Amino acid sequence: MSKYTEDDLREELKTKEYEYGFYTYLDAETFPKGLNEDVIRAISLKKEEPEWMTEWRLDAFRKWEAMAEPEWANVHYEKPDFQNISYYSAPKKADPNKSLDDVDPELLEMYKKLGISVDEQKKLQNIAVDIVVDSVSVATTFKKTLNEKGIIFCPISEAIKEHPELVKKYMGSVVPKTDNFYAALNSAVFTDGSFCYIPKGVTCPMELSTYFRINESGTGQFERTLVIADEGSFVSYLEGCTAPSRDENQLHAAVVELIALDDAEIKYSTVQNWFPGDAKGKGGVYNFVTKRGLCEKNSKISWTQVETGSAVTWKYPSCILKGDNSVGEFYSIAVTNNYQQADTGTKMIHLGNNTKSTIISKGISAGHSHNSYRGLVKVNAKAENARNFSQCDSLLMGDLCGAHTFPYIEVKNKSAQIEHEATTSKIGEDQLFYCNQRGIDTEKAIALIVNGFSKDVLNKLPMEFAVEAQKLLEISLEGSVG
Amino acid sequence: MLKIENLHAKVEGNDILKGLNIEVKPGEVHAIMGPNGAGKSTLASVVAGNENYEVTDGKISLDGEDLEDLSPDERAHKGIFLSFQYPVEIPGVTVTNFIKTAINAKRKSQGLEDMPAAEMLKKIREKAALLEIDKTFLSRSLNEGFSGGEKKRNEIFQMAMLEPKLAILDETDSGLDIDALRIVANGVNKLKSKDNAVVVITHYQRLLDYIVPDFVHVLADGKIVKSGGKELALELEAKGYDWLK
Repeated sequence: MSKYTEDDLREELKTKEYEYGFYTYLDAETFPKGLNEDVIRAISLKKEEPEWMTEWRLDAFRKWEAMAEPEWANVHYEKPDFQNISYYSAPKKADPNKSLDDVDPELLEMYKKLGISVDEQKKLQNIAVDIVVDSVSVATTFKKTLNEKGIIFCPISEAIKEHPELVKKYMGSVVPKTDNFYAALNSAVFTDGSFCYIPKGVTCPMELSTYFRINESGTGQFERTLVIADEGSFVSYLEGCTAPSRDENQLHAAVVELIALDDAEIKYSTVQNWFPGDAKGKGGVYNFVTKRGLCEKNSKISWTQVETGSAVTWKYPSCILKGDNSVGEFYSIAVTNNYQQADTGTKMIHLGNNTKSTIISKGISAGHSHNSYRGLVKVNAKAENARNFSQCDSLLMGDLCGAHTFPYIEVKNKSAQIEHEATTSKIGEDQLFYCNQRGIDTEKAIALIVNGFSKDVLNKLPMEFAVEAQKLLEISLEGSVG
Repeated sequence: MLKIENLHAKVEGNDILKGLNIEVKPGEVHAIMGPNGAGKSTLASVVAGNENYEVTDGKISLDGEDLEDLSPDERAHKGIFLSFQYPVEIPGVTVTNFIKTAINAKRKSQGLEDMPAAEMLKKIREKAALLEIDKTFLSRSLNEGFSGGEKKRNEIFQMAMLEPKLAILDETDSGLDIDALRIVANGVNKLKSKDNAVVVITHYQRLLDYIVPDFVHVLADGKIVKSGGKELALELEAKGYDWLK
């Protein structure tokens, strides 16, 4: 009997590989490799930063030098050589303040390939986009529309110059410089990222989105995102990432800080699709990211992530529930295939009274990959009536991959109610045969089963993103079952 | 329509079917009865193309076309439908979404576009009514937490939606109370036509009171040991299988 074998799938996969693996020849200015105080001063100078910012960076660098790379995560990789990375690379013709007509046509061609619409006339999607290529922000759309509402959405390098009072007050307030090794590194060398401020009582009229792209080889990407939702405001923020396919491992160490003031709500969604390495585990992005939000009174922060890319992922979007009645949510789908490794999860820190958190994590492992959920739910002694519900489900495909769950619970107040549920399942031959018998081929059957498994999280994504994420899941898992 | 000649098959190294012959023509209803372990479910799996079963000899053809090189999904596209004895659960995938995917997969194999949403909806409503299935059922996850009766009713609902040429009902009566049995059988009868055929695999005469067969075959030790009309089923009910050995 003819059987759609793993080999057939692999053949097919060759033609459909990592779709964003192209490299665009942009005329770029790239710093020599290496890291020291002079390099940091040079970055700061390049960005025309004020003195306080240069000092802030140098302080972070000195602290970073004394720190060691963490080893507790359930991932194994060759440590990056931090002196063998270039810390600044910028497409030469990029200037977000100029009109689109002045932009390098190669750059526009790249946006097209990435499926990003920068043409403000095409308001169909109703998404404002900031695009960061390598170290700099190259285009921000819809600025004017947003300005009318008092919303600031701009590259963080611009915010440092234009809105120093906000940046000074909030940068490093949620993720301190010394929080961890990669956060310290990022604080020293970050080159761009997005800044967003929603004024009191304003509901942001469109999705804000940042698109990150690593283009040059031998570089790392260290972006920094700061989102401030003032009292009673609402914003939904999207983030997408891709990189060219390369044999080398590229480092991506980002920091994202969210601040939700009283009665504010931030919804932060990520579709992470950095190059995962090839089928043999060569190359791929090291994705070491610190994301954290601070919730004041009656506020809410909701993280949703679909993680399909990167060779190694180390990432724990967290919420500090400081204000009474604040709410933290974490919805995650992490897919690993071939030799990918992911150690991801969240921390929910309950400090205020009547704080609530929800964690839903869906891990899908295939090939030789390893997928770990690591989560902390912490309830302080003074936090009355804290509630947490956690659900961690793992789906395994084949018998060479691994799924791991590391839930940590620290409760110091008796009124807390914590629930934790976990399941592990395998895509069964009987499920596939059942689908096949109904005329659904194996590839489509896997997509159907995986989408069903991930549904609770996919439902949390904004509509346009959900469709993209669904497709991404299918592509990421192609060739994973024979 | 379906022709099985000298079929030998094994699973996990054990010979189960040992030279089975059967022919089913359009418009006919055949019942296959027999003791436990005779090979009834194996026959159903082999015809559907389950790769855990190895065909060691013989031939299965549908409308003159040899099925040997066709995968299970290709066989389904040709019009073979198997109502499973134990339907599997697919969490998070609704009954509606599943059947939509199945129908469009078949259409794609025929070079057709996806079925328009309105047409799909109409068809779903119509077939759900036939099997007395209510709306809330259609948005539940496939077979997850379904009772035995709901699972079987859902199988026949899918059959109604897919309109197969040849439907094999594997122990569809097991786990059904009398009301559910009546609804399921009624559904099958309404779907019958001169162009399609039904093979009913069952232990008991009970289902055959509702779905009346044209032919009854007794399967024992991997072969058809006796064939007859519907009265054979009654005789088996009275005498058991031992007298045939």
